[in-house]
Amino acid sequence: MRKHQRPPYLSIALISGAALAYEVLLMRLFSIIQWHHFSYMIIGLALLGYGFSGAIISVFQGWLLQRFTLVFLGSLLLFGLTSVTGFMAAQAMPFNAELILWDYQQVIYLLIIFLLLSLPFFFAASAICLAFMQYRQQVSRIYGWDLAGAGLGSLIVIGLLFVAFPQNALITVGAAGIVSLLIASVELGVKQYRSVSLILLVSALVLSLLAVNLELNMSPYKSLPQTLRVDGTEVVEQDSSPFGLISIIDSRIVPFRHAPGLSLASTAEPLPQLGIFTDGDNMTVITKAAEDTSQLVYLDQLTSALPYHLADPASVLIVGAGGGADILQALYHSNNNKTSAAIDAVELNPQLIEIVGSRYSEFNGDLFQHPGVQIYAGDVRGFLTQNQKKYDLIQISLMDAFNASASGLYALNEDYLYTIEALKHYLNHIVPGGILSLTRWIKMPPRDTLKLFATAVEALRQMGVENPSEGLILIRSWQTSTLLVKNGAFSSENIKNIREFSDERSFDVDFAAGFPLAEESYNLMAKPWFQEGTAALLSDKQDQYLDEYKFNLRPAIDDRPYFHHFTKWSSLPEMFKLRDRGGMSLIEWGYIVLVMTLIVAAVLSVILIALPLLALPRCSDKGKAAISKTRVILYFLAIGIAFLFMEIAFMQKFILFLHHPLYSFAVTLAAFLVFAGIGSYLSANMAHYYSRRNLLLGSVAGILLFGISYILLLDSLFIWISDTPILLKILLTVVLVAPLALLMGMPFPLALSSLADHAEALVPWAWGINGCASVISASLATLLAIHFGFSTVIMLALALYAGIVFMYPAPPRVVTS
Amino acid sequence: MKLLTTAAGMFSTLLIVISSGAGILAHAADLTEQARLEMIRNIEQDVRETSLELNKSELDPRVMKALSRVPRHEFVPADEKQNAYENRPLPIGHGQTISQPYIVAVMTDMLNLEPDSRVLELGTGSGYQAAILGELASKVYTIEIVEPLGLQAKERLQRLGYDNVTTKVGDGYYGWEEHAPFDAIIVTAAASHIPPPLIKQLKPGGRMVIPVGSRFMMQQLLVVDKREDNKIVSKQVLPVVFVPVTGKH
Repeated sequence: MRKHQRPPYLSIALISGAALAYEVLLMRLFSIIQWHHFSYMIIGLALLGYGFSGAIISVFQGWLLQRFTLVFLGSLLLFGLTSVTGFMAAQAMPFNAELILWDYQQVIYLLIIFLLLSLPFFFAASAICLAFMQYRQQVSRIYGWDLAGAGLGSLIVIGLLFVAFPQNALITVGAAGIVSLLIASVELGVKQYRSVSLILLVSALVLSLLAVNLELNMSPYKSLPQTLRVDGTEVVEQDSSPFGLISIIDSRIVPFRHAPGLSLASTAEPLPQLGIFTDGDNMTVITKAAEDTSQLVYLDQLTSALPYHLADPASVLIVGAGGGADILQALYHSNNNKTSAAIDAVELNPQLIEIVGSRYSEFNGDLFQHPGVQIYAGDVRGFLTQNQKKYDLIQISLMDAFNASASGLYALNEDYLYTIEALKHYLNHIVPGGILSLTRWIKMPPRDTLKLFATAVEALRQMGVENPSEGLILIRSWQTSTLLVKNGAFSSENIKNIREFSDERSFDVDFAAGFPLAEESYNLMAKPWFQEGTAALLSDKQDQYLDEYKFNLRPAIDDRPYFHHFTKWSSLPEMFKLRDRGGMSLIEWGYIVLVMTLIVAAVLSVILIALPLLALPRCSDKGKAAISKTRVILYFLAIGIAFLFMEIAFMQKFILFLHHPLYSFAVTLAAFLVFAGIGSYLSANMAHYYSRRNLLLGSVAGILLFGISYILLLDSLFIWISDTPILLKILLTVVLVAPLALLMGMPFPLALSSLADHAEALVPWAWGINGCASVISASLATLLAIHFGFSTVIMLALALYAGIVFMYPAPPRVVTS
Repeated sequence: MKLLTTAAGMFSTLLIVISSGAGILAHAADLTEQARLEMIRNIEQDVRETSLELNKSELDPRVMKALSRVPRHEFVPADEKQNAYENRPLPIGHGQTISQPYIVAVMTDMLNLEPDSRVLELGTGSGYQAAILGELASKVYTIEIVEPLGLQAKERLQRLGYDNVTTKVGDGYYGWEEHAPFDAIIVTAAASHIPPPLIKQLKPGGRMVIPVGSRFMMQQLLVVDKREDNKIVSKQVLPVVFVPVTGKH
């Protein structure tokens, strides 16, 4: 009877939006309390909650459907409560990622955390799945509301993160669950007003109690809690945005004295500083205004000061303004040389600009308002695209924290700062004779520095420079290396200055073309890896060297933007063997975590898909179902994987267009989900005029058409319209995503409707398969992108879409009607 | 083989827990001794198999002896005692760790200590490293910045009779002027750079060793030598034998 009623669309959209918001928040919260890479694993796996729901409902569907209203409302309520309590319990686990290879207990903690965090996904997915079964004729519309709700949820949560701390936003997500319960009881016409009010009241009370007690429990091994153990330190301010949690720390007794890479020959002490921690780590500093610029001399004791000793740059571009140290360094030299350089600095995080530029401007002596200094919010490549300016010097120095970088935590981060295309972009914005200066941490064995060198060589070659070696200089301290790339060739006068600069500071010159290297170095290594490496990368043995090196030094490109990925499969056995003998640090965690996530997700998926099969035959054998289960598995696996492949890969493509990871994430994700939702909704209407099979053929043909044309045309289109204002770019992104997403929203509901008509018992199973496929898809997409690039990911997605045409799960066609 | 020795290590530590629970103290001391010797055998074997970048196939026997004398289980919290002689880092509270014994052995060995050496340590932590140094050198000065840790270590080192180890709570940036110069300095506390005053307090011919990395995972060892002519030379050493290029050229 109820099956003819209107499904509870609003509560479905709300719960779906809340679930997506919960996912985004988990990423934020775990980046704060732990580290990004393990968050990746935990959250990736927690999404298997969708798979769990499918499996469990498959088995108990009869029982659950008889109590639809109760179970539906209960799921919404439990989503609201577990989203907060699950997180609180999870962060109480004494999990320590760094001990995982030594202490097997950590695996158990990890497992418990993952189960706790998957609960809300399980409940949200169960509510939606039950709605599919209860309102079988409305599958496409329900799915439409589900996707559209998720799309809006992604936008709302990012907006929310600008105004609320993530833990408070989590409470809002919990509250959304409770509100959806209220809406659903109205939508379902529940008459037990008293019970509903009582439940609402109690859960609101519980939630407020939780809100009061919810505090983030940061790992004691992150640098912020470590710093706060020192007497006289205090958090003077905390500020949060989607970019991160920023903590400003004052240390009254023991000064910060932050000057990474300071020469061993230096006797200078840094000026007083305030520490800025992002997500409890990655410290930078705001430096107190100098009474006299000579106090800044320690900034001249860093490898990154070298370019200022080769020329007096009249225009400088600083990438990553941060706390302002690089700007100070530029000012120090411009003062010394009695010139007044124009200094532009870009900073991705607007919150940081506000903090350093205005809130602490008194402390730092109005650094960001200093005559000649201009600060721009945004990504450097976006800035250079919009801006036709050319510089004497572009300075990119130590963008990430040493420890995180050294243990490979950034391996999964797409980084468009250090690709071949990026370096070419910078060099195109450097005047003839100008310099690009790139400073990175020294890792042992060498990784970043050599990869960056290889990238520069390749960029120069692609720009038609006949002899790239003439424009390259590499110097090194024990802690940092600075690579200079000149738009032109370094003169012998330059080399002399470089020698002098380095000798005074105990730095080594590891590469200077055509000039003999010093016989004795200041910073020894077992072998001169840097000298050997740079020489090999410039020789005709380059490929052989890249093959033989035990870390991956192949330059990153925009399609494969993983500069920080160094792991080679062939080296892993040796590294694991050495783990008890100090070899633990050779293993780079980001990549290992990705592969582990994929393996665990695949194994669990097989179980979650296979288990219901034990229960299913009973329900579906005797009915009208003549639908092959193999088809169901293949079809829903394929579209689950393909949808996320497309979404993830296009999100990356649009980052290069919008030049802003956050905007790109928000706009692309929301557009994909909302328009796919609309597509799903429309497919219901269109099903009145066309057969589902034909609609599927049509939508797949459309997806292939748009997909292939985007692969072929998007890059050129982006270059052609690169200097369009950002708002127009956002609009254009939506316009480009819309038709593709609209079509991509159709294959799932078309097949699910077919199941609902012909084999309803298979509906929750298919839902579960799709859920598992999404989890596999997310890590598989990254893994494929690391090795083959995002274009390949899109091509594979298109192939999968083409393939589903042959697996459409419907009863065999009968020739006569 | 590795598995066997680990299993043996685990078994013996398990015995320690059981026996100490039963209160058979004398017997327990015996077993602790055994576990410690087992740990030493493990380290020795690891070093032999590695023959480090230090170009050594074994560490200074004095260092190994020091390791076999210091009761590591006294330096870890009660709930980690059963793991005290495993060759791995352990959490000791306050966001700090006690290093992997293998790494402690390698670092100590690199300091080239003589019985009359004066050593400065920054970052006392549990006091384990200071105790090892105390076994080898004549005077050890150690500074810890986190007060509760420093006080705990002081009490512990006194109780265990390390009279030649002097502790202090405070900022280590300026070293310990009144006891300078030092033959060796070991910096286990994180710092963005090497404090210039420390280099000043190093004797010509002296050596400074700094592990670089996170609390649980050392990435590399930085060795800073002050030569007799006061020239400063640093060396980056991997704590492991690993050649980054397969040598096919």
